Parts: sequence; C-alpha cells; structure tokens
Amino acid sequence: MNALQRFSFWGFCLLLLGLSSHAALASGGSVAGLVKAEIDLGDTASLQRGAQLFVDRCLSCHSAKFMRYNRIGQDLGMSEEEVKAKLIRGADVKIGSTLQSAMPDALAKTAFGVVPPDLSLTARSRGADWLYSYLRAFYVDPTRSLGVNNQVFPGVGMPNVFWREQGEQVLLKDEHGHASLKLVKPGSMTPAEFDGMIGDLTAFMSYMAEPAVLQRKALGVWVLGFLALLFVILYLLKKEYWRDVKH
Amino acid sequence: MNKLFQWVDARLPISHFWNAHLSGYYVPKNFNLWYFFGSLALTVFVIQIVSGIWLTMNYKPSAAEAFASVEYIMRDVEWGWLIRYMHSTGASAFFVVIYLHMLRGLMYGSYKSPRELIWIFGMLIYVVLMAEAFMGYLLPWGQMSYWGAQVIISLFGAIPFIGPDLALWVRGDFVVGDATLNRFFALHVIALPLILLFLIGGHIMALHEVGSNNPEGIEIKKHKDANGIPLDGVPFHPYFTVKDLVGVTLFLFFFAIVVFYIPEMGGYFLEKPNFIPANPMQTPEHIAPVWYFTPFYAILRAVPDKFLGVVAMGGAIFVLFLLPWLDRNPVKSIRYRSTTFKALLAMFVVSFLVLGWLGTQPATGLLTFLAQLFTLLYFGYFVALWFISKNEKTKPVPERITR
Repeated sequence: MNALQRFSFWGFCLLLLGLSSHAALASGGSVAGLVKAEIDLGDTASLQRGAQLFVDRCLSCHSAKFMRYNRIGQDLGMSEEEVKAKLIRGADVKIGSTLQSAMPDALAKTAFGVVPPDLSLTARSRGADWLYSYLRAFYVDPTRSLGVNNQVFPGVGMPNVFWREQGEQVLLKDEHGHASLKLVKPGSMTPAEFDGMIGDLTAFMSYMAEPAVLQRKALGVWVLGFLALLFVILYLLKKEYWRDVKH
Repeated sequence: MNKLFQWVDARLPISHFWNAHLSGYYVPKNFNLWYFFGSLALTVFVIQIVSGIWLTMNYKPSAAEAFASVEYIMRDVEWGWLIRYMHSTGASAFFVVIYLHMLRGLMYGSYKSPRELIWIFGMLIYVVLMAEAFMGYLLPWGQMSYWGAQVIISLFGAIPFIGPDLALWVRGDFVVGDATLNRFFALHVIALPLILLFLIGGHIMALHEVGSNNPEGIEIKKHKDANGIPLDGVPFHPYFTVKDLVGVTLFLFFFAIVVFYIPEMGGYFLEKPNFIPANPMQTPEHIAPVWYFTPFYAILRAVPDKFLGVVAMGGAIFVLFLLPWLDRNPVKSIRYRSTTFKALLAMFVVSFLVLGWLGTQPATGLLTFLAQLFTLLYFGYFVALWFISKNEKTKPVPERITR
C-alpha cells in the first residue's frame, strides 16, 4: 500500500472505532439533564434488594409481563423457596409465572386515567440514567391532581411511591430560570441512603430489561479469548503458506 | 472412499468445480486489507441465514404477538438472546462490510471494463439488501419498526397518479398493520434471501470469468507462463482460503465485541424506542431510520419537494449503477490516478459520512442547509468524474505486479 492508501485505510478504521466508542459511551453515558446511574449488575445483593423493592412498590400498579419469578431466582442466586417467600404475593401465583400487576386494568383506569405501563423494558426504552433520575425527581406541586409533579417527566400521572423515604422536595428556579430540586422535609432516609435504594431498583430494572445481560458479559470473554487464539494460529498458518510467494 | 468419490465425480462435476473456482482459480498475489471485505460479506450472509432460520423457529409474524415473541426469544428460548443479537448485529455488520467493499471498488476502479457486470450484480445485491434490511426491521414490531415503515412506505405515495394506490398495495392496508407484517415476513425470510443468493452467485460467476482486479489495477492475465498460468497470480486455494480465514477470524473478533458487550451500539444498531411495542396511535418524537439508510434519508429530506426528494434519493443509488460508464479513464487504480481524482473521491466519502450523520439528526435550519450542500457534493462526484476522467493526467501503470 502506498502512503495515501495506508492513510485513508487507517483513517477510516479510526473513524469507525471513534464512532463505535462514541456509541458505546452513549449507551452507558449521561444524557443532558439526567444523573448518571451508578449501578453494578455484578452486585447480586444490590439486584436482590432491587427485586424486593420492585415487587413491593412497583408491582401494586405496574406489571412486568415478560419477566418470570423463577428466572429472577436463577439469575440472582435465590432458591425457589426464597423467591416464593420474599417475592411472590398471592397463593395462586406460580414460580414460573410472569410478574403481573396487583391492580386490575379497569381499576387502574379509574384511578389514574390510564393503565400504568408495563415495566419489563423501561430500562431499555428510556435508559437506566433516565429511570434513576426520574425516580429521584418528584416534587410537591399542588396544581396536579396527585399533588406531585416530576422534573424529568413533567405532568407525570404517578404519585411518588417513595415519599416516606425521600421526604418532600420543591422545585426552585434561580434568576436565570434554571430549575433545581430542594429537599424541604426530610424523609426516613438520608439523601445518600435514598440514592442507594433507587440505585438498587434501577439496577434490578436494568437487569429485568435484559436478563441475558449477566450471561452475555460472562460468556463474551471466553469467545473473544478463543477467537484471539484462533487468530494467532491461522495467522501463522497463512504466513507458512505464503512464505514461497515472491513479492 | 476414493472409489465412491470417483463414482460421484464421473456423474457430478465436483473436481471440475474445485479446480475451476478454487485450486485452479488464480488471484493476484498483491491483495491488501481492502480485499477482505468480499469474503467477509459472504461470512455475514451465512451468519444471517443461519441465525435467521433459528429466529424463525420462535418468531410470530402477527401484529398481536410479534413484539412478545421477540422478548420470548430474548428471555425464554435457550441461547435465543445470542441468536437474536447475532442477527441484529449481522444486519449492521453487513452494511459496514458492503460499504467498505464498495469503497474498495471505487478506489481501485474495480467497476471498469471488463468488470462492469460484477459491479452491476454488486449494486443489485446492495439494493436487494436494503429492501431485506428494511423489511427485517419491521419484524420486531417496536415503535421505530412501525413508524419507520410507515414513513418509508408513505414515500411511494409521493409518486404522481399511482402513488397512493401503490402505497396501499404495498401495505395491504390503509395503515401499516398485520397484513404488512405478514407480507414483509414472507419477503424477508424467503423471497429476498433467495434473490440475494442468485445475485451473489451471479456476482461470483462474473468475477471468476474475468478474474479479480487488484490494488495496482493490472490485469494478471496479460502475462502468463508456458502453461497458461498468470505469473502474478496464486491459486485461490490454498493461498486465499488461509488468508481469508485470518480476515474472517479478525472480523468475528470485532463482531463478538458488539454481540457480547455493545449489542445496542448506543442506539445505532438497536434503537431505544424499538423496545416499546408498536403503537399506531402514538408517533415517536423523532423518527430516524437505522444508520445504514441515513445518508439517503438525509438526501430525501434535503429536497423541499417530497416527490423530488424521493427522486433524488433513488437517483443517489441509481447513479452508482452508471459508474462504469461515468468514469471514462482506463487507468483503474487510485495509485496511478490524478490528485484531482483522489480529492474528488475523498470529497465523496466525506459527503456520504456527513449525510449519514445528518440523517440521524432532526432536520432543522442549519442541518437542512448542510444536507443540501452535501447532497450536491455527493452528486457532484459523479458529474465531476465524467468531466475530469476523459483527459486526466495519470501516472504510467506498470506492466507487472511488483508491490
């Protein structure tokens, strides 16, 4: 290859690499206005706490119809007995069932005006950062029928289910019109404890949006290692064959 | 065993085929990295066919069940997530590889005589591949699947007189619906792959008839030894089978990084709104096609008139078919062409990339202006090429391959 071609080829490769790393960052990175969710999907205890929070707090109104109880048990290191005791509510719910809402659709419609959305894939359609930010961004707003609004999701149709833990926030605007949230009445948790709890819930919902995430990250290393080894062997084979070709 | 082989070989041209296309098919010895993308395209084709067959075993092509069946594959089917990510990553990888393969052709003049038909076959493959990808993207039945299809099919509606009826005929309904999903599934899993297979066959047959071009743009068949073997060629097998295997393995390494660690590619390979089931009552805030269509989408939006936009978009693809006749210079390789040509090609590549980026962005004032500018540069390449290639100042092309 001459200099120009070498330049253009590696330039192109670099561009592709740049694009993909940009994309990789975007997938885990922060979007303007959102707080980065510090979650660790390798932290099983955090995921277990998140699962408990999810069935206790979210499942009263929302469903997660693509997620099964026994899958949660398998992936998060809980026995069937543990899952039954801790996560499953209702005698007729089987271990292989999906996570259904406790509230019938018709009732939800009268209470909220809409059926609360299924949450199986929210962490994928909105992103973990959005979820984390949203769950921390409720504030008191007497003009809303539920008495609360949300900075991340204005006009939200859901109350702040964590108001006891978080306390009450209000929305303040400074002289530049920049809005920020201020805690005016402390809850039962300190802000750091509260953020940790929301982090657990976000982590669980991220796992729930793609349960295979744990498997694929663990398996990927082996596949890449195998391919790297195969590459070396095949490269040496190629070199051996091409030794007698004169350039 | 040997006897059995002879018996079969006397009745089926196995050794003839082996000899004509592998062990006795001579390839220029000076291929560089750019020459990997043909075999890589074939690799991705095989990945798509095989993963596609397994996806079909659990996918349900109905508006009521499609979205849930994809989640079923992702969660409940053994290795379903891997098969699905291979297929979704494969779709994007196909276009990465094909675009680089086409750029190789532009750089080394691989479309020129006597390889015009190879180029035509290749372009047909590209067009069918776009249709294949477009129809496949509807199948997960997410919001972006649905609205992307709605937008693109409505483009047919812009054609004068027959447009609205044509769009209706394509959809099979007044909106994208169950009927659309069903026919797209049929076309995606059998009709188009079958056409692709025939076209790939034609592409390779035409290639093997005239032989490969190379980075020097020299015909190796011009210099043969006493046995009629090209002096600057080596047999495809074993030389290029072992070499292409190295390329394939390297490719699979990068492919696996995406499949196992960044399957969504930050929303470029799997778009976020596509994790919300299709909802005909709710239009997403921002509809953007998948990245490989965005250059043409940017051209479409750059033209203020909808029908003329469709014409420009179609023209952007059609003009590539004419390339063998637009480029009137017999010198093939960029190595021996003028600086003007090199600058023009660089301009074309930059335009394509910038248009690709613009197609992912909302069409606002400045961005629309940029899209118009780069659309002109995109077409400008072909116009300028026609003019400069006639009396271009080229360097002398060597007789034999020396590097």
